[in-house]
Amino acid sequence: MMTRKMKINSRVLAAAASGLAPVLFAPAAHAAWTLNLTPGIDKVSRDIYGLHMLAFWWCVGIAAVVFGFMIYSIVRFRHSQGAVADTALTHSTRVEVIWTSIPVLILISMAIPAARVLVETADTTGAQMAIRITGYQWRWTYEYVGTPVKFVSSLDRTSDAARQLDSGIDPFSIPNYLLSVDHPLVVPAGVKVRVLITGGDVIHAWWVPALGIKKDAIPGYVNEAWFDVDTDKLGTYRGQCAELCGRDHGFMPIVVQVVSKDDFQKWLMQQEADLKTQPATAATTVSTTASTTAPSAPIEPAPAPATAAAGAATVAGN
Amino acid sequence: MANIEHAPTAMSGYDAHAGHDAHAGHDAHADHGKPHGFWGRWLTSTNHKDIGTMYLVFSCIMFFIGGTFAMLIRAELFKPGLQFFDPAIFNVLTTNHALIMIFGAVMPSFVGLANWMVPMQVGAPDMALPRMNNFSFWILPFAFTLLISSVFVPGGGMAGGWTMYPPLTLQTGYALPMAIFSIHLMGASSIMGSINVIVTIMNMRAPGMSLIRMPLFVWTWLITAFLLIAVMPVLAGAVTMLLTDHFFGTSFFNAAGGGDPVMYQHIFWFFGHPEVYIMILPAFGIVSEIIPTFSRKPLFGYDAMVYATASIAFLSFIVWAHHMFTVGLPLASETFFMFSTMLIAIPTGVKVFNWSATMYKGSLSFEPPMLWALAFLFMFSIGGFSGLMLALAPADFQYQDTYFVVAHFHYVLVPGAIFGTIGAVYYWLPKWTGHMYNMTLAKWHFWLSTIFVNVLFFPQHFLGLAGMPRRIPDYSTQFADWNMVSSIGGFCFGASQILFPIIIWQCAHGGVRATDRVWEGARGLEWELPSPAPYHSWTEAPAFATLEHGAPTHETHG
Repeated sequence: MMTRKMKINSRVLAAAASGLAPVLFAPAAHAAWTLNLTPGIDKVSRDIYGLHMLAFWWCVGIAAVVFGFMIYSIVRFRHSQGAVADTALTHSTRVEVIWTSIPVLILISMAIPAARVLVETADTTGAQMAIRITGYQWRWTYEYVGTPVKFVSSLDRTSDAARQLDSGIDPFSIPNYLLSVDHPLVVPAGVKVRVLITGGDVIHAWWVPALGIKKDAIPGYVNEAWFDVDTDKLGTYRGQCAELCGRDHGFMPIVVQVVSKDDFQKWLMQQEADLKTQPATAATTVSTTASTTAPSAPIEPAPAPATAAAGAATVAGN
Repeated sequence: MANIEHAPTAMSGYDAHAGHDAHAGHDAHADHGKPHGFWGRWLTSTNHKDIGTMYLVFSCIMFFIGGTFAMLIRAELFKPGLQFFDPAIFNVLTTNHALIMIFGAVMPSFVGLANWMVPMQVGAPDMALPRMNNFSFWILPFAFTLLISSVFVPGGGMAGGWTMYPPLTLQTGYALPMAIFSIHLMGASSIMGSINVIVTIMNMRAPGMSLIRMPLFVWTWLITAFLLIAVMPVLAGAVTMLLTDHFFGTSFFNAAGGGDPVMYQHIFWFFGHPEVYIMILPAFGIVSEIIPTFSRKPLFGYDAMVYATASIAFLSFIVWAHHMFTVGLPLASETFFMFSTMLIAIPTGVKVFNWSATMYKGSLSFEPPMLWALAFLFMFSIGGFSGLMLALAPADFQYQDTYFVVAHFHYVLVPGAIFGTIGAVYYWLPKWTGHMYNMTLAKWHFWLSTIFVNVLFFPQHFLGLAGMPRRIPDYSTQFADWNMVSSIGGFCFGASQILFPIIIWQCAHGGVRATDRVWEGARGLEWELPSPAPYHSWTEAPAFATLEHGAPTHETHG
């Protein structure tokens, strides 16, 4: 509700109307004066959004009272208007007790829902499928646990060409500049999916705002998160690495394609079939080319930057 | 000055200048012992004012160097696409911008103010340990020469963020050992500076200046000094472990060797969160001096202010993991750190309410120091609001490592810590130089800074909520509009700061002679000294009668 109200520019409304994440989904629109968080596409992300708005409105309310009081004093008690200071007014136990206890109550009103949402985000029980996500400098790999399907997801070639220093290519001419990949993660709607996130070299963070998930991908750790996308929220959602991970930290986006359960099954079977016709060694780098749902995936694998995915020894300064 | 009386000094061992009249004027008599010659005066100085000046000049230089880095960052982010820098260079810019601003600009500026003001405010002739004072300052130019030159060595400068998280930071080239040694030096300097402040406050207060009568600036610095002594060794330990991991084959933070990359984050933020308060508590003290002066009314709730400061300092040690909500801490830890972080809102709120109540039924005038203090009050509160939002762990999942966080900490550091420092300079500059500065220019400096700091940082809230991560050199096109606004604000804010050294330079070299009290409502011992203050502040302890007259700002007067 607030999102709509706070938007100045309507260029993203087309995306919003089609039920897609209005913020990270930028169609041909060049820019957007977006102001606020978006509610997202599953219950957890909407609960987080609700918490955000609760805290925001408390802050607005407190600001109105406190700033109002300050402005009143600034306007009302001006030396230039002959105001005489009441130098005896140096403390008031009653007032001090009030302005210590009211904030406590306000904090409790936020702490309870916050703790509830926190517990919700941590509850990965009852997941129907699992995906293992590994961050590398500077790409993601996705493995569908229990299947042979596994692929690398890198920045798509058009963005990669445009983002080179002095490339001469106008970023505004690239659809979803820096936010599209060669092989998006495909997930079903209406299924509780558990993601297992780890880092292959340095720390990364897997962040998809529409899912309300941001989890660090840390070497030696396997972090958990989960999502269960509403069945009416099919579409493409975008995110980025959110932990500084070296030179190309800004160039390892995440694209999640939410499809129906049936389409997902078809897609997965197609992937498995493709794997059988290809040499096993290629399985880690090739996928989705024949996908029925993943759009515009380039036929060629994305160009590999100078550093191999596992090249942990790279000097970041180069 | 006629009503000043002198009591025999209560400080044994400080009789070197007994018998001198501290208030005889600004002549050579009061400047007894002032060394002559440039090198003699500055290189070997043991005088708290000269060392304070050097700290302030140093921090001003660092502010402009760090600011130049910021301008380069905002130039690259002016529009999408890479225009000026390779991404690796961009990471060097952000990392060193932070290190220079935190350790080079903000912290030394507070030490400089403490050097100048603590002896004058507690009634002492100088800092307790003058030679260590000289040493702690002269370490800094070497530390920062090392840090800044590390930007240019093969392999590039530090590029893993000022937090220096492994394993990424272990990929740094020759810059790593240089930066780590530089941090060791800064830490040693800070610890010595803190010891000096604590010893001065504990041992050299004038008779009658009990702890609970000290000006708030002295109180906040005392608490800050304890925080510094507690956490700087922790940082030194963390970066030393990075050093041995990189060069000596240890595996403190290397998962493959049985180490733990998350442990570094715990250690770092155990330093890092108190560090946040190290950078704001002295500004709290400054604002607590300025607002009563220009409200012509004692500080409201002095005792509560002291206890609130101490509470914030205590809480700062038990909230560190709120910087780590996304690393996958256990649920119980996240809940604990969320609740403890929210608690900080209470003492911070008490402080803001007390400042507001100080203005209520006052008699307010708006000279430059008051303007900066008022801007601090409003904009620090905005930073506090976003801080409260960030405390909520589930919401932090969306804010963490985005421009929302960048906006948050720049609101508390720029209109918070830096506006506090600038306000302090405008407050005490006439006392230091003996001249009034150009009020018109100072008001221009204020209005330009205040307008453009908001143009610069407020849109970054929107960028973060719209999904723009921090520390990226290039961004998707839907972030273009607000980034351009922010960059324009940044360039204008940066350009406005050039007024500051000009105003100070003019003031140091002439202008209307300042009275001893300078500001009509000013209270406190420093205003009982002549303007400019004599080379040795209180060569004799001020008598109790003087204290009564120059009662600290919080006490009733009239």
